[in-house]
Amino acid sequence: MEGKKGIIITGGIIGIISVLLVYFGNPANMGFCIACFLRDIAGGIGLHRAGVVQYIRPEIIGLVLGAFLISFKNKEFEAKGGSSPFTRFMLGIVVMIGALIFLGCPLRMVLRLGGGDLNALFGIAGFIAGIFVGVQFLNKGFNLKRNYKMPKLEGYVFPAVSVGWLILLVAAPAFIFFSAEGPGSMAAPVLISLGAGLIVGALAQKTRLCMVGGTRDMILFRDKYLLLGFISIIVFSFIGNLIFGFFNLGFEGQPIAHTDGLWNFLGMSLVGWGSVLLGGCPLRQLILSGEGNTDSVVSVMGLLVGAGIAHNFGLAASPAGVPLNGKIAAIICFVFLGAVSYFNSSDLVKN
Amino acid sequence: MKKIDTRGMSCPQPVLMTKNALDKNPEGVDIIVDNNTAKGNVERFLKNSGFKSSVKEEGEDFIIEARK
Repeated sequence: MEGKKGIIITGGIIGIISVLLVYFGNPANMGFCIACFLRDIAGGIGLHRAGVVQYIRPEIIGLVLGAFLISFKNKEFEAKGGSSPFTRFMLGIVVMIGALIFLGCPLRMVLRLGGGDLNALFGIAGFIAGIFVGVQFLNKGFNLKRNYKMPKLEGYVFPAVSVGWLILLVAAPAFIFFSAEGPGSMAAPVLISLGAGLIVGALAQKTRLCMVGGTRDMILFRDKYLLLGFISIIVFSFIGNLIFGFFNLGFEGQPIAHTDGLWNFLGMSLVGWGSVLLGGCPLRQLILSGEGNTDSVVSVMGLLVGAGIAHNFGLAASPAGVPLNGKIAAIICFVFLGAVSYFNSSDLVKN
Repeated sequence: MKKIDTRGMSCPQPVLMTKNALDKNPEGVDIIVDNNTAKGNVERFLKNSGFKSSVKEEGEDFIIEARK
């Protein structure tokens, strides 16, 4: 599975699996959504009480374990951490707030486009703009300093936690929440979701798939390797949606989407900029967290807590649009990204 | 030969550091990486930029020798 062929095939498999997950019960244009699914898990374990989005998504568990198992097999698993962990945690919160304003992570953004949701075009434009801003700081020496080898157990804990989530999902004790209606109640059977996550997790680990790296590496190095994966997902989810009759072209009435172009743009620019600073999109953070990178685990925890905050503080968008609290929060997030970017750029500030 | 230490750095630092070093040392540099992802990315960058590269293992790390 090497080289350009490997990542194009991986993108194709992800595109098709995503459509199949919808066929088997996931919400429309949401075969995968790292942001939505971590938000659903946050709801499932009670970090927020938005009744329509509470469900421990097996796809997330599968992605982490798929990456864990394949990285173990290929001797790429290594426990490391210590690179500005709390900054990364906060960046995770920012990226989640941005994603919940757009109503999708970068992977769902491309799946929405593959489903005909043209609102995703505003998201993609904002995503690219955010990446462009992040790249400017990379070129000014931005970095969160190096990570270090950690004790082996440190790397195993998060994969173990995700197994714990699976047990909670299946055992369903009374303190775990399950949406009775809304997107949280729409889910493929557990084994199918888990299997899909395992396959995609392994493929994404092997090919280093990252939604943000595609645009970032084109701007920085004229390298199109990751961009091929990005485009392949769009093309194959489009084909899959046509085959299953899910394709619906337009702006209005799209599933779990709103038509506020400006805020679709701004939400995804938070995601693009924040993800460049983190060194990878939310999908990549999940994969790295399965490989033993606990800086990525901390970022994923930020995404999870960010989802709890977003719903508890009324920040998240809905098909009706973006609430005022969300817009205020987004502005605060932009200021935070500016500060993190500026003060960690070695050409701008001595560290 | 100039040595660039990318150990522990997040994506895309290893490639970015390599690019910046080669801009200043066009005859070549040695790049230390500590994981397969960085190794693959740096090697791909060098190939796309017209540099020859060879890799030596040194303990748990890799030294990539980039030459014009």
